[in-house]
Amino acid sequence: MLSDADRIFTNLYGLGDRSLVGAKKRGNWDGTKALLARGRDKIIAEVKESGLRGRGGAGFSTGMKWSFMPKEIDPKRPHYLVINADESEPGTCKDREIMRNDPHTLVEGALIASFAMGAHACYIYVRGEFIAERVALQKAVDEAYEANLIGKNNIHGYPFDLYVHHGAGAYICGEETALIESLEGKKGMPRLKPPFPANVGLYGCPTTVNNVESIAVVPTILRRGPSWFAGIGKPNNAGTKLFCISGHVNTPCNVEEAMSIPFRELIDRHCGGVRGGWDNLLAVIPGGSSVRLVPSHQIVDCPMDFDSLSKLGSGLGTAAVIVMDKSTDIIRAIARLSYFYKHESCGQCTPCREGTGWMYRVMQRMVEGRAHKKEIDMLFDVTKQVEGHTICALGDAAAWPIQGLINHFRDVIETRIDQYAANPHPDPVRVAAE
Amino acid sequence: MSVRRLADNQPENFEFTPENNAWLAKQIAKYPDGRQASAVVPALWQAQKQNDYWLPQKAIEAVAEALGMPYIRVLEIATFYTMFNLEPVGKFYVQLCGTTPCMLTGSDDLIKVLERRVGPQKKVSADGLFSWLEVECLGACCNAPMVQINDDFYEDLTIENFEKLLDDLAMGRPVTIGSQKGRVSSEPEGGLTSLTSLYGDGKK
Repeated sequence: MLSDADRIFTNLYGLGDRSLVGAKKRGNWDGTKALLARGRDKIIAEVKESGLRGRGGAGFSTGMKWSFMPKEIDPKRPHYLVINADESEPGTCKDREIMRNDPHTLVEGALIASFAMGAHACYIYVRGEFIAERVALQKAVDEAYEANLIGKNNIHGYPFDLYVHHGAGAYICGEETALIESLEGKKGMPRLKPPFPANVGLYGCPTTVNNVESIAVVPTILRRGPSWFAGIGKPNNAGTKLFCISGHVNTPCNVEEAMSIPFRELIDRHCGGVRGGWDNLLAVIPGGSSVRLVPSHQIVDCPMDFDSLSKLGSGLGTAAVIVMDKSTDIIRAIARLSYFYKHESCGQCTPCREGTGWMYRVMQRMVEGRAHKKEIDMLFDVTKQVEGHTICALGDAAAWPIQGLINHFRDVIETRIDQYAANPHPDPVRVAAE
Repeated sequence: MSVRRLADNQPENFEFTPENNAWLAKQIAKYPDGRQASAVVPALWQAQKQNDYWLPQKAIEAVAEALGMPYIRVLEIATFYTMFNLEPVGKFYVQLCGTTPCMLTGSDDLIKVLERRVGPQKKVSADGLFSWLEVECLGACCNAPMVQINDDFYEDLTIENFEKLLDDLAMGRPVTIGSQKGRVSSEPEGGLTSLTSLYGDGKK
């Protein structure tokens, strides 16, 4: 259980003063110059030591990612930090609170992170729908320019420009290379990796793409010291994390808690428990729609962190916890996610473009029960053909929810099939190939 | 992925207002020299806002000319990104999130309200006031179910408060943006469970 003294986002809910004045009172922008004076190498070392793992879903060591940027800056190829504020993973709603309620954590983090990787310019790519958040963020950026905290001749002695950019409705633009393509003025179609953005990124220049939360926690980590952050949570799963809990809990909310907090404690302490009591819990998607669901008996005492959830065949992802009680039609819940991936596929590569549509149409028949039981294994097999064979991870993300459903709720699918067979639809329903 | 085409009925022209031209020049300056294509999404969005929240072909061509891009490259953008409305929308364009976290908390009921009050998706009501579309996750899941109407989010919806919201919008009465249940943002209903040392129970 985290104490307020260990919390980073002290205005998470916007109950306090969102302006620069309020942010400074809460400790933001305190001694930033001294932090920069530690130098690039020391800052990267400290971020590595803190154990911070990327908060955008993949959980890759943030310090290590920064260290991939070239040590020498080629004057013809400036370095860029790009902040991924394209928050679109179903279940995830934490970065919007940072941007609209506590934006100076992000602005200060952008300066420090950019310094650490030799970047003098940073673009924050905000999803198109987050208009209020973008306006609030721009206001904070303007305040920072006006107070000369950032800009060409700022008080920190490191020329730095920060720009707010936005998208227009495309989940795929949350994928780092698709985001870069979109920033360059093209369709958000991912690039093959390698080359990685640290070598060839925005405008072909060395670029690091980081999630909002990953950047926003950096100033506090450096101020309080890496061992403070590393001391929270289990080994290799360090620090505090914003959890977004939605679905069938009594009081859904965002909350900053310690990594590795047991699921039961997270829900009881902050969400008023499961709707209808713990016996009413069916399953949970613990990290946003792209991770496999976990049935109730496995999740209840599981520590909420990257490695513990990985051991269950799932993942922490963005820590977007979607709770489903026994009133849920679990097949329909997953089928609706299949529709999401079909809608969001950029269309570039065949397994995803064709596969997401195919998987959704079969899932729809599974919702009705209008299927053969042998099609369950066929569907699983097709998810395995998509997983790992696409240009980007959207293919994997589309495959995993279905695998989780079949792994843990095959009996529900089979019962639905039996129910349909007992009372089949009188006319065959034709479905367009689309 | 889906097929998105330009509307059949197209206005003859579109020109950015002088204010928008000045605004566009400032946007282009955010990107390195020669990289003005980066401004294509913000430019199209601004054109849409100038044109009653939808994008005609002439606006797409105007953006292409302003940024020195071939028409086809901008048409690609307008069709790829789903927030660009390629057909006219109602005065209040209701984008209802139907993805699983909202579905679990009642978006099905809100769909029924819209079907009853407004009609099928994408069709503007006879009085021109409303049109609606089921969209994908809008990123406000802790305040589900919710909708986006034009630029604003309306969250924590129930059948009752959603009907009232639509009534108020139709009658031109003032509405509250954000939570329709009185939450400030995504704090837990009924009292804070964190940051209490700073904000007490968080009640206003």
